[in-house]
Amino acid sequence: MHPHIVPDKFAREGMMFPSRHGRNFRRLWTIGEERREIRLLTGANGRDLMTLNRRTFLGTATAASVALSAPMALGQAKPRVVVIGGGSGGGTVARYIAKDSDGAVDVTLIEPSRKYYTCYFSNLYLGGFWEFDALGHDYGNIARLGVNVVHDWAVGVDRDAQTVALASGESISYDRLVVAPGIDFVEGSVPGWDVSQQSLMPHAYKSGTQAQLLKHQIENMREGGTFCMVAPPNPYRCPPGPGERVSMVAHVLSQINPTAKILIVDPKENYSKQALFEEGWERHYSGMVTRIGPDFGGDRVEVRPDAMEVVIDGVVEAVDVCNVIPAQKAGKIAELAGLTNDSGWAPVFPSDMRSRMDENVFVLGDASAQGAMPKSGFSANSQAKVVANVIRGELTGSRIFPARYSNTCWSLIATDDGVKVGANYEAGDDQIESVSSFISQTGEDDELRRQTYEESIGWYNGIVADIFG
Amino acid sequence: MIKKLKPLFLIGAMLAPNIAVPQATPIGDAVAGAQVYQRECASCHQIGEGAAHRIGPHLNRIFDRRAGSHEDFRYSEALVRQGRDGMFWDLSRLHAYIENPRALVSGTRMSYRGLRDEERRANLIAYMRAYSDQPQNIPEASPTAIAREVELSAETLAIEGDVEYGEFLSAECTTCHQRSGDHAGIPGIVGWPEEDFVVAMHAYKQKLRPHEVMQSVSQRLDDEEIAALAAYFRELGRE
Repeated sequence: MHPHIVPDKFAREGMMFPSRHGRNFRRLWTIGEERREIRLLTGANGRDLMTLNRRTFLGTATAASVALSAPMALGQAKPRVVVIGGGSGGGTVARYIAKDSDGAVDVTLIEPSRKYYTCYFSNLYLGGFWEFDALGHDYGNIARLGVNVVHDWAVGVDRDAQTVALASGESISYDRLVVAPGIDFVEGSVPGWDVSQQSLMPHAYKSGTQAQLLKHQIENMREGGTFCMVAPPNPYRCPPGPGERVSMVAHVLSQINPTAKILIVDPKENYSKQALFEEGWERHYSGMVTRIGPDFGGDRVEVRPDAMEVVIDGVVEAVDVCNVIPAQKAGKIAELAGLTNDSGWAPVFPSDMRSRMDENVFVLGDASAQGAMPKSGFSANSQAKVVANVIRGELTGSRIFPARYSNTCWSLIATDDGVKVGANYEAGDDQIESVSSFISQTGEDDELRRQTYEESIGWYNGIVADIFG
Repeated sequence: MIKKLKPLFLIGAMLAPNIAVPQATPIGDAVAGAQVYQRECASCHQIGEGAAHRIGPHLNRIFDRRAGSHEDFRYSEALVRQGRDGMFWDLSRLHAYIENPRALVSGTRMSYRGLRDEERRANLIAYMRAYSDQPQNIPEASPTAIAREVELSAETLAIEGDVEYGEFLSAECTTCHQRSGDHAGIPGIVGWPEEDFVVAMHAYKQKLRPHEVMQSVSQRLDDEEIAALAAYFRELGRE
């Protein structure tokens, strides 16, 4: 999980090394806490282009010690980028700006968790194809690139003063703010359910301990019991996610509890990769999965967590495990910052993911309302690279290139039976548009499906290396 | 089929990058298309919430639908047969059918003279597209716009093997291919001889090499961009 990225290797050895184009020299710092002191040394070396700024920045001896506790007090010696949320979007944008700006931009990443557990591949963990620990990634390598990683909650944004308030009471100023908080759930979207019921009826839609809980419940379900999934309405994170989850649950149950049943209650007429999943369920788990769509009341569902009951269009069903995936909206901080509209999502311009509410703010990934791209880790990572290029250009004068967006979602249906869907996207007049797409075909041979699965593992290792270093 | 705008103004965007410039060409003007729909289609076909079959089938989710596949509607045998043979409604099929129904489906029962005006037809189809699956929810759904033309980048970036641009473009590659050159499931691409890299990418672009993700990615890379990537990944291997 830790590839040998050249800059990190050199940084660890504390060496100077030529940058990519051999034009100047830069120095990368070892770990977060030591970072600023090392900068002092670098500035004194006078080796690189940022020397002047650093001298100014560290001009008074007291400033250096102040910098450790209250960096904002120093004013605008360096342009400042603050990133809220250390997931696929936020992690990528922080890492790319730090990596590419050679220390010219001060990057702060605000993320409450010390370890980030990816949502993608958490279904494979449910199915026994992936270790829980392998879903978790820390911020050590991002910090090593010079990003100031602050483990705290962002609780407010003052867009006039350009500051972010933290739960600790501190506030951090920014020249550009990136908001990448992922999703929150819409209260009341599934009557009878709220987050206080998540231990009885887990959502498991933000990975981590919820995924562990759901796995535990599935593995301990009574023989011949019913696993129920209340699927979410559009738009939601990871369009093929619920279908993949059903596949992975079916995989486990077919091995340890083969008379168990799976019931999907779905408010949507159709969903991504539907033909592929249905073909796979028939092939691998015949008779196990039943789906109730809106034509039979899938859009009129209520849950009773204490009684472990699901009421579908007035008919009470007793269930043994119930995975409630509620309707979704942008992570709460986006709303607190006044960046969302009535839809609950944060509208952005298609050419660069800039908030329609504030030109100094960008919203990335699941929280954004951008148009045709699905809410996925791949999309967030793709959007983050566009934003990193634009912000760096605006703050340092580096070249800005036209946006390129893409997404691919792999899903696992059974052992060695992987499928994928993907598309290319371009900025349109009002929103990001899909300009071409592809999807695995039904009836593909086993070898191709096996390759697709192996590709997904390669992708996972690639994207987490791209985000977390 | 649809006149593509030659977005030469993007050259300006490169020099003044903060101006937001759309890249994708819209299918048509959906607002104008609503009027075309009312005039040309609405007497037989319903569309939108609660739409039902009338003289013709309702047109919700027409994009990506197999031709003649509503079980509760009686189509001509010709249309059902073409659906069975694998015809799905997409942008080009809808253009052809609406332009001249009998040219696409000889035995169709849709008695419609056809709409020859390309712009009005594009607007109509853009309007209809809004009532089909949205790619945000169904990523495999039909495109919502038309990709920009490739020669654009050749005009704006006539620089051979621009390493800096290659580094920027490489962000799309490194989502899957690791910058370190490590590989498992997805091949390493660091430190290749430039020529091999360029040949491979063109082979994907021309669909000689069979991998959908690579075909898709390479399709929108022009010669300069491929050269830039080749130069960047070669350099990366030297570090």
